[in-house]
Amino acid sequence: MSASDGFSWYLPLWALVATLAMTSILEASRGLGFSRLSLPFLIGTFVTDQRGRAVVIGFIVYTLGGWLFAFVYFMLFSSVRIYTWWFGALAGLVHGLFLLTCALPLLPFVHPRMASEYHSASAIRQLEPPGFLAMNYGYHTPLSTLFAQIVYGATLGGFVEAANWMNS
Amino acid sequence: MNRQTSRAGELHQPEIKDYAIIGDCRTAALISREGSLDWLCLPNFSSPSAFARLLDPDAGHFSIRPQASFTVERQYVPETAVLETTFKTASGTVRLTDLCPVSDSVGSLLPMREVLRIVEGISGCVELEIEFAPRLHYGRMRAPIRRLTDAVWRCGGATELLLLNCNLELVDDGPTLKATTCVTGGERQHFSLSYVERDVGTIAPIGADADARCGRTIAWWRSWSGLCNFMGRERDMVLRSAITLKLMTFCLSGAIVSAPTTSLPETIGGARNWDYRYCWLRDAGLTMSSLVDLGFHEEASSYLGWLLHATRLTRPNLRILYDLYGRTNVRERIAGWLAGYMNSVPVRIGNGAIMQRQLDVHGQVIAAAQIFAASGRKLGPLEAKMLANFGDVVCKQWREPDNGIWEIPGARRSYTFSKVMCWVALDRLLSLHERGIIDLGARETPFRQTRADIADCIESDGFNADLGSYTAELSGHEMDAALLLLVRFGYKVASDPQMIATYDRIEQVLGCDGLLYRYRPGHDGLKGREGAFGIVSFFAVVHLAERDLVQEAIQRFDHLCAFANDVGLFGEEIEPQSGRALGNYPQAFTHVGLIHSALAIERARRRIAQ
Repeated sequence: MSASDGFSWYLPLWALVATLAMTSILEASRGLGFSRLSLPFLIGTFVTDQRGRAVVIGFIVYTLGGWLFAFVYFMLFSSVRIYTWWFGALAGLVHGLFLLTCALPLLPFVHPRMASEYHSASAIRQLEPPGFLAMNYGYHTPLSTLFAQIVYGATLGGFVEAANWMNS
Repeated sequence: MNRQTSRAGELHQPEIKDYAIIGDCRTAALISREGSLDWLCLPNFSSPSAFARLLDPDAGHFSIRPQASFTVERQYVPETAVLETTFKTASGTVRLTDLCPVSDSVGSLLPMREVLRIVEGISGCVELEIEFAPRLHYGRMRAPIRRLTDAVWRCGGATELLLLNCNLELVDDGPTLKATTCVTGGERQHFSLSYVERDVGTIAPIGADADARCGRTIAWWRSWSGLCNFMGRERDMVLRSAITLKLMTFCLSGAIVSAPTTSLPETIGGARNWDYRYCWLRDAGLTMSSLVDLGFHEEASSYLGWLLHATRLTRPNLRILYDLYGRTNVRERIAGWLAGYMNSVPVRIGNGAIMQRQLDVHGQVIAAAQIFAASGRKLGPLEAKMLANFGDVVCKQWREPDNGIWEIPGARRSYTFSKVMCWVALDRLLSLHERGIIDLGARETPFRQTRADIADCIESDGFNADLGSYTAELSGHEMDAALLLLVRFGYKVASDPQMIATYDRIEQVLGCDGLLYRYRPGHDGLKGREGAFGIVSFFAVVHLAERDLVQEAIQRFDHLCAFANDVGLFGEEIEPQSGRALGNYPQAFTHVGLIHSALAIERARRRIAQ
């Protein structure tokens, strides 16, 4: 089958590369002081309150999640038969906006260790809430998150586009 | 409790120490002796205000007070942050109870933030006048107040909404609601002010439900106060200070704000007006010590978490202050539309001191971590790595000049106390290494060498042999009350002749009526004369106690406590002549100083008893 059919034996590899690119951008933005947001850490602390263990578990789950989520992107490309880097970037942008405006604000209500604006002083919650557009983790957080998601989508779309170009 | 008479219809700017604080560990309100809520930022400490009459007569208030002349008695419900103000008039007595309920708003539909005011008739009949005048965005926005239901009024901006729920018939008078009512013995009236941002508003019920929230809040505070393990003679003052410190703890991140207000002046009518609704690192060591020594380990853990992780945006360098979430965008702006407290302008929003440099902050954070670890708590490997990295920064930067612990503007200088805190940073890291809590590896030798170099520098240049005292700056002659902390941070022992001489010199140069200025008035080059400094005045008590001069320490402690207001609160500074509070209020670090000195006295008592 060709990539333009929405499937390639290389899809798992492309998904992994895109996930690693996205994760690297997010972690680099932390290292450079743009943002304190660490999605792997937030995921890891769902299951443990030990920081070191949370980071490792979070990275594994986050990488697997990013890898699996790539197949949703591929299904999207296939459904509209647009296999380009820019369409991937657009999908990443929408995905990032959803993450910032819907998913992260929901987190305080489902995360067992995260405080929300509605928790009182009596609640022993150790993780600070993300706030609007996750800006509690730094004012540049929306930008770094969107950029990482755009790169993720563009990488996926770009691989399919490149594969099609080589096959044509 | 004490009394004060107010005349009917008389409005005046209350003294700073006429205010009491209520809060929910996310924001705080200041309420005057006359029952007026004059300061409240929503939803958090450093958010824009909804009530700011503290800084301008037209910037918003919510007052409940008798129409006739009255006397006032005020107290906190013991071991809580629930305020009771009792108004006595010729015709009767009423009690006003103010609180920010500690409610579970996740497992219920209670609002994001709430201020609850309960009026209770005690005897006779008292005619009360109520004014509700919210002014959002530091008084800039006069949003219309609209009736939502028979009992509920709304006032909203673009993203925020205030809801007032009460059973009184309020009259809409432009941007203000007004009412008068006669409250008779046994009668209760409830006023619930709720707030929501970027969400559907919820109305907090009044009546028996409101009483239940008040009861739960009192029980919560008493349960929290029960954790305080200080049982000495000074327990009441220590507990009030601990509760005040807790009120300034931001429970969503673990940060501790310096004060809940901005621009209360250090000189009445002057320009020494700063925004203190942020978190300074300079007192981290003492704050951590106070929390740990009083038994508040949960708060200590959250605070250390904030110190080490919220500051990540600038790591391994540290700024001198951060906002509640560890962000550094606190650009200073002038709120020119506000008249200022007693015409003390400018009113500042944000704090430009963030651009300054203080070399002591790494030492403070490392000392805080060491105190936390010494209490038997664990530091994770990531925390240990961060601390070691801080040590690298100290080794690299300790010779450089800075603005010092007091943020003195202008040219940077080589402050002795900053060098001492660099010494403390490395000393504590080596201590943690020796106890196997962190592993410095190859850093151990250079850290030891640098620690010795810093000590040599302090002893050769920071001690003025002619004066017989350590001095504020290397090769200088000015005094700095922060030098009293050399004992507390383990650089010297209290009985050291050099320290005793330094204490005597500080007392001689900076002392005034049992209080201390932090440095010689005028030394900072700013206009106006600031007051004596609260926390350093308590440092003197600590010094005396460390020398086992317990009676002198107790006398001085009691003398200082007499400057607190009627409910035990301190501002940043004290005007020696009048005893009035100056600066932002209440000030967390003055209360840290009080706790610290009471603990030092108690330790001295135990040493002597053994």
